[in-house]
Amino acid sequence: MVVSSIASFGRYCMFMMQVFRTPDKWKVFFQRLVSEISKLGVDSIPLVIIISLFIGAVITIQMTINIVSPLIPSYSTGLATREILLLEFSSSMMCLILAGKVGSNIASEIGTMRVTEQIDAIDIMGINSANFIVLPKVVGFVLFVPVLCVLSMFMGLVGGWFIARFTTMISVENYVFGIQSFFNEWYVWYGIIKTLVFAYIIASVAAYYGYYVKGGSLEVGQASTKAVVSSSILILLADVILTKLLLQ
Amino acid sequence: MIEAKNISKWFDGQRVLYDISATFDTGKTNLIIGQSGSGKTVFMKCLIGLLTPEEGTIMYDGRNFREMSVQQKRVLRSEIGVLFQGSALFDNETVLGNVMFPLKMFSPLSHAEQLERAHFCIQRVGLTNADEKYPSEISGGMQKRVAIARAIALNPKYLFCDEPNSGLDPRTSILIDELLSDITHEYGITTIINTHDMNSVLGIGEKIVFINKGHCDWIGNDKTIFRSTSQSLNDFVFASQLFQEVKKFLEREYEANKNV
Repeated sequence: MVVSSIASFGRYCMFMMQVFRTPDKWKVFFQRLVSEISKLGVDSIPLVIIISLFIGAVITIQMTINIVSPLIPSYSTGLATREILLLEFSSSMMCLILAGKVGSNIASEIGTMRVTEQIDAIDIMGINSANFIVLPKVVGFVLFVPVLCVLSMFMGLVGGWFIARFTTMISVENYVFGIQSFFNEWYVWYGIIKTLVFAYIIASVAAYYGYYVKGGSLEVGQASTKAVVSSSILILLADVILTKLLLQ
Repeated sequence: MIEAKNISKWFDGQRVLYDISATFDTGKTNLIIGQSGSGKTVFMKCLIGLLTPEEGTIMYDGRNFREMSVQQKRVLRSEIGVLFQGSALFDNETVLGNVMFPLKMFSPLSHAEQLERAHFCIQRVGLTNADEKYPSEISGGMQKRVAIARAIALNPKYLFCDEPNSGLDPRTSILIDELLSDITHEYGITTIINTHDMNSVLGIGEKIVFINKGHCDWIGNDKTIFRSTSQSLNDFVFASQLFQEVKKFLEREYEANKNV
């Protein structure tokens, strides 16, 4: 188990060395980059909006129900909602969800390319297939994920605002005052930095599992599952390390 | 011309190729034949460089493949076209996109000239009104044609085809064989076709290399294959009922001629 993990990590590092080479043709790279940003990033926007909106609303409801002490000011609901969204949900939880969507997409796409000999076809033309296929995905997703993170923060707060606006649990004034109170700008940067690391983990780990698939469609499915599980665990591990490094 | 000398290959300690030597001539359709699992695909992958043989040398017109630098290999690879068994077309690219791919990556031509070349290749393989279709929207035979068009887009000196007829009906198989043969003669390409289809063997087998259990058992052509004394080759060639009947017919003819 330990030996195979070390061997796997070594192979991952070798793979990344292949990926991070100068592209054969910059023009083709940028064309593929735009396409990957659209496929992996822009296409994730609806999912991010829906989940953030609902989770923001749920957090607001839960905070309102649980913060009932007369000693705690009523604007605390908005403040707590904001802190949860900025510190954890819009970075870590959102990336765990994206690991499922984007990670499985990357692993299954590259895995299918492997089993249908498309990667061999690229290799045989003398093109560095790892660089050609994977680099635009990693760079594209890492570049776009801060947009998703900020969007998630915003939509989460909007979700909370909907609760304030359309229920009697908390007034809109209190909620808006809460989300503006004691604002620490660094928390936004902290969330963005985390998502950059998580995006790299999601794209690179999924690409690694897809690239080294052997067999047929069954193995592509297994690779996709392994990619999601591994990247989720690595995201949680990186979350602990980054929180310790960036918030202490 | 491609020369393979004493090619040996192992997988996990198990030997799959035993000192295979063969020469593949320029301007001819060279066939590698053998049963499934005989090692012909492994041999072809060694020739292309997708697998590295543990022993042996591969010479491309006098250039030793194993001793080439990375840059020299890149140059050589731009001279190689490959038709994979499953066509290996890029799913997210149209027919035109697939044929344009090698041109975009390697050709110094302008975009308009690349388009012109791609259209020429598509027409050369007999495809019409398919430019904007995706691989999933066309038939297996058409996919093979697109893969051939992509393989010849850069005017290759060497064309490798791994079981080009697999999954195709007999009529389409013959058309693909004829197309490969025509292209080979037209452009003077060294074409190597991996197949176990006897129709191809008899139709376009200008040079035939028979591989059996990792050994090269026989080398000849479509004219000499029926006269071979190799037991393993005869077992392979006359495996089907049809060819057993052909064999009986040939033997009867031979006896009749002998008596005359």
